Amino acid sequence: MQKIGVFVCWCGSNIAATVDVQAVSDTLAKEPGVVYATNYQYMCSESGQNLIKDAIKQYGLTGVVICSCSPRMHEATFRKAVASVGLNPYMLEVANIREQCSWIHKDKALATEKAITLGRAAIAKVQLNAPLQAGESPVVKRALVIGGGIAGIQTALDIAEAGFEVDIVEKQPTIGGKMAQIDKTFPTLDCAACILTPKMVECSQNDKVHIYSYSEVTSVKGFVGNFTVSIKKKARYVAENKCTGCGECTTKCPMKNVPNEFNLGLDNRRAIYIPFAQAVPKVATIDPNYCNMLKNGKCGLCAKVCTAGAIDYKQQDQVIEERYGAIVVATGYNPIKLDKFEEFDYSLSKDVVTSLELERLMNAAGPTGGTLLRPSDGTHPHTIVFVQCVGSRDTSGCGKPYCSKICCMYTAKHAMLIREKYPDTEVYVFYIDVRTPGKNFDEFYRRAVEQYGVHYIKGMVGKVAPRADGKIMVQASDLLANEQLHIEADMVVLAAAIEPDKSARPLATMLTASMDTNDFFTEAHPKLRPVESPTAGIFLSGVCQGPKDIPETVSQASAAAAKVIGLLVTAKLTTNPCVAHCNELMCNGCSSCERVCPYGAITYVEKEFRMPDRTTQLRRVASVNPAVCQGCGACTVACPSGAMDLNGFSNSQIMAEVDAICQK
Amino acid sequence: MNNNLKEQVLRMSGVNPLKCMRCGKCSATCPSYDEMEYHPHQIVYMVEKGEIEKLMASPSIYKCLSCFACVERCPRDVEPAKLVEAIRLAVIRQQGQNHLKAKDIPDLIEADPDLPQQALVTAFRKYTK
Amino acid sequence: MPEVNAYKPKIVAFCCNWCSYAGADLAGTNRLNYPADVKIIRVPCSCRVNPMFILRAFQRGADGVILCGCHPGDCHYTTGNYYARRRMTLLFSMLDYLGIEKERTRVEWVSAAEGAKFAATMNDFVSTVAALGENKRLEDLRCKE
Repeated sequence: MQKIGVFVCWCGSNIAATVDVQAVSDTLAKEPGVVYATNYQYMCSESGQNLIKDAIKQYGLTGVVICSCSPRMHEATFRKAVASVGLNPYMLEVANIREQCSWIHKDKALATEKAITLGRAAIAKVQLNAPLQAGESPVVKRALVIGGGIAGIQTALDIAEAGFEVDIVEKQPTIGGKMAQIDKTFPTLDCAACILTPKMVECSQNDKVHIYSYSEVTSVKGFVGNFTVSIKKKARYVAENKCTGCGECTTKCPMKNVPNEFNLGLDNRRAIYIPFAQAVPKVATIDPNYCNMLKNGKCGLCAKVCTAGAIDYKQQDQVIEERYGAIVVATGYNPIKLDKFEEFDYSLSKDVVTSLELERLMNAAGPTGGTLLRPSDGTHPHTIVFVQCVGSRDTSGCGKPYCSKICCMYTAKHAMLIREKYPDTEVYVFYIDVRTPGKNFDEFYRRAVEQYGVHYIKGMVGKVAPRADGKIMVQASDLLANEQLHIEADMVVLAAAIEPDKSARPLATMLTASMDTNDFFTEAHPKLRPVESPTAGIFLSGVCQGPKDIPETVSQASAAAAKVIGLLVTAKLTTNPCVAHCNELMCNGCSSCERVCPYGAITYVEKEFRMPDRTTQLRRVASVNPAVCQGCGACTVACPSGAMDLNGFSNSQIMAEVDAICQK
Repeated sequence: MNNNLKEQVLRMSGVNPLKCMRCGKCSATCPSYDEMEYHPHQIVYMVEKGEIEKLMASPSIYKCLSCFACVERCPRDVEPAKLVEAIRLAVIRQQGQNHLKAKDIPDLIEADPDLPQQALVTAFRKYTK
Repeated sequence: MPEVNAYKPKIVAFCCNWCSYAGADLAGTNRLNYPADVKIIRVPCSCRVNPMFILRAFQRGADGVILCGCHPGDCHYTTGNYYARRRMTLLFSMLDYLGIEKERTRVEWVSAAEGAKFAATMNDFVSTVAALGENKRLEDLRCKE
């Protein structure tokens, strides 16, 4: 029989206001096995914890029940407290009488009765608790970063700097991500390439950083400290170690009309290509959808001009398996598709562009060489209309319910740059709200208005209609002047909402990391653990967790790196002792448990058993690897003979809880 | 009285004006904008403030063509046109009052030659009851 | 309020630690009311719930049993809730055969963010079970006082 102590917390008035704590402790004191019961204002406080510790020493308690807030909140605190006076931390149970009782009920009698029942269930469970010992598992000293944008690059460099090996997996032929496509950065207006490309080069030159470009993660197994990841290196039909990046092939390839995704289809590239001049790795890639040689075996021109002999039409996809201690997700974002917004005529008029397309149109390395020209006829635009919140803050189902956060600032930047370069251009910005919190951000926006004379108009554009003469009619409302405006524009720029990359959702499934309804990864705690996923060993970096600009992305990336380094320097991780175990005498070797285990933690071994008649028998029995088992309990239910049981949540313990709840 | 009317309009239309984030896209799309004294975004705000009587007295509500462009394009699903329709209904449901008779129409047209025909026909049908 | 007559159903709710239990906590944090008849048992995963536990609950006089887990595809243990779903489908059809009304058992997916859904689910389940009245079919008379 256990000697159990019951501690009822008031949680100030949070519990005490709706639950008669004195009645609870008095009633529970009469339960079998309970030798001590009390209540106190704040059990989690220093003095509350001392109360528990003293009672354990004074009454020689072997089990502790705490009636307080959710075990998700303070179970760890109380376990630590009881362990400090020598009681096994798993001899403690928490009855949740705050979140699941006092906070949801108003009737004091009912709430008290429920609290007593919950306390009883916890006492019944503790009666059957057994001391558990946490195990240990090693940490693989290598990290994986998924996504090679500025977030991934920064995280990888920081981890490498601490002396750990780190791999970047990027699905595009080059790292760099969205930032490589951007022209200038706000609020300083320095050129994105000038600050990004040195970091990309650093990645390629740091011997701790390994880049898997044109590659994807195909499977993730294992757990914190010990992940096994399969990475598919897609065939690029060019030997990475031979290609010098001279680019000769990319000028000779006869397939000239392939839409260039780096310039968002505003110009064309060849079937063999290097995305941009500063690509890392600077290696050509053959696009199998357009290459004549790969499609029908005719051509082979690139192989002829390649002096390095790097072209390999027979290259196959290659799957690499690697082990990691930690995984960082940095999958980034894309602007949303705008085909649902017919009023803006994006798909019909070439001169209605997204902001990212405008970045390319203004970039010196872009399709127009940095001169802002209308995509339709190559003339200079004289009136440009910017539309904010296209698909952001939209609950009608066409767009996204959240604010994309970066649009206000980049639109101010675009407007400013255009007014500076082409002072004869009239620039209108239609906004719902201008949101510019951040260091030097609001000053930047005000500069666009005051110094550059950008027309900011509070209101929304309702209709964009291209006219036969090439002008675009923009119908909008000016809410402050209370009038409807009709503007003859030459170009319309839409600040499209951003959404997480499409690859994020399947990746989250592989990682068993949770996501919100917008496909952003959820953090372990929205305030206090913002760069960790609730799944141990998975970290978040950049826009995959929520919209953010470059400075924020970089700080989050470094924060994620710090967390990864913290994990990788740990010699050994303590594992959860609430794992499955097999009663070998009952196991009949049927393999049911092995088949349902999602972690492959169960193997079968041949073991000799002594029988009652003194003969020995060789039997096949299940054996659980406690380092791999995560304690879900699927096997315990699958087992037909009842040999499998789960520490901390055993069959008898749950049955006892059921009985206690249904009592009376 | 005000609140009763507001309640009635909200119930009839099924619209929640609190969802409006004041972007003005409804007014930006409205083809009858220039005809109106109160514009779609103002109508939403006035309903929220409970100024239904003001709206009922305004010709604006009959300038609405019920084309539903505002409903289609509202990013927050507020549906201003449904509010307008509800206000018109509120006018009709006022009992014992006759706002428009056949003989008033010539004067109305004279006062405002741009008055949409459809609005007149609709109003006439409703009011003679 | 329909709860004027003294009958209070006994409801056992099994909630997985990662989603539904957190969802129940969130319902509490948001002060969303649901009847005190619901008592929650925390399990690591919905797949930890042995059909035996549910039979035991009915045997001991529970009037309704509800199992809550993560949404399909969101299980913390990847596949646990799929196993739970299959097992419960089989169990519920057996219970139906035994004469225990289908409405007394339920499987519901509640994520950690769905406090409102948790409270609404519990309200609905309790009123459904309360309408059915006391469960007598499986009750073990020896367990009664």
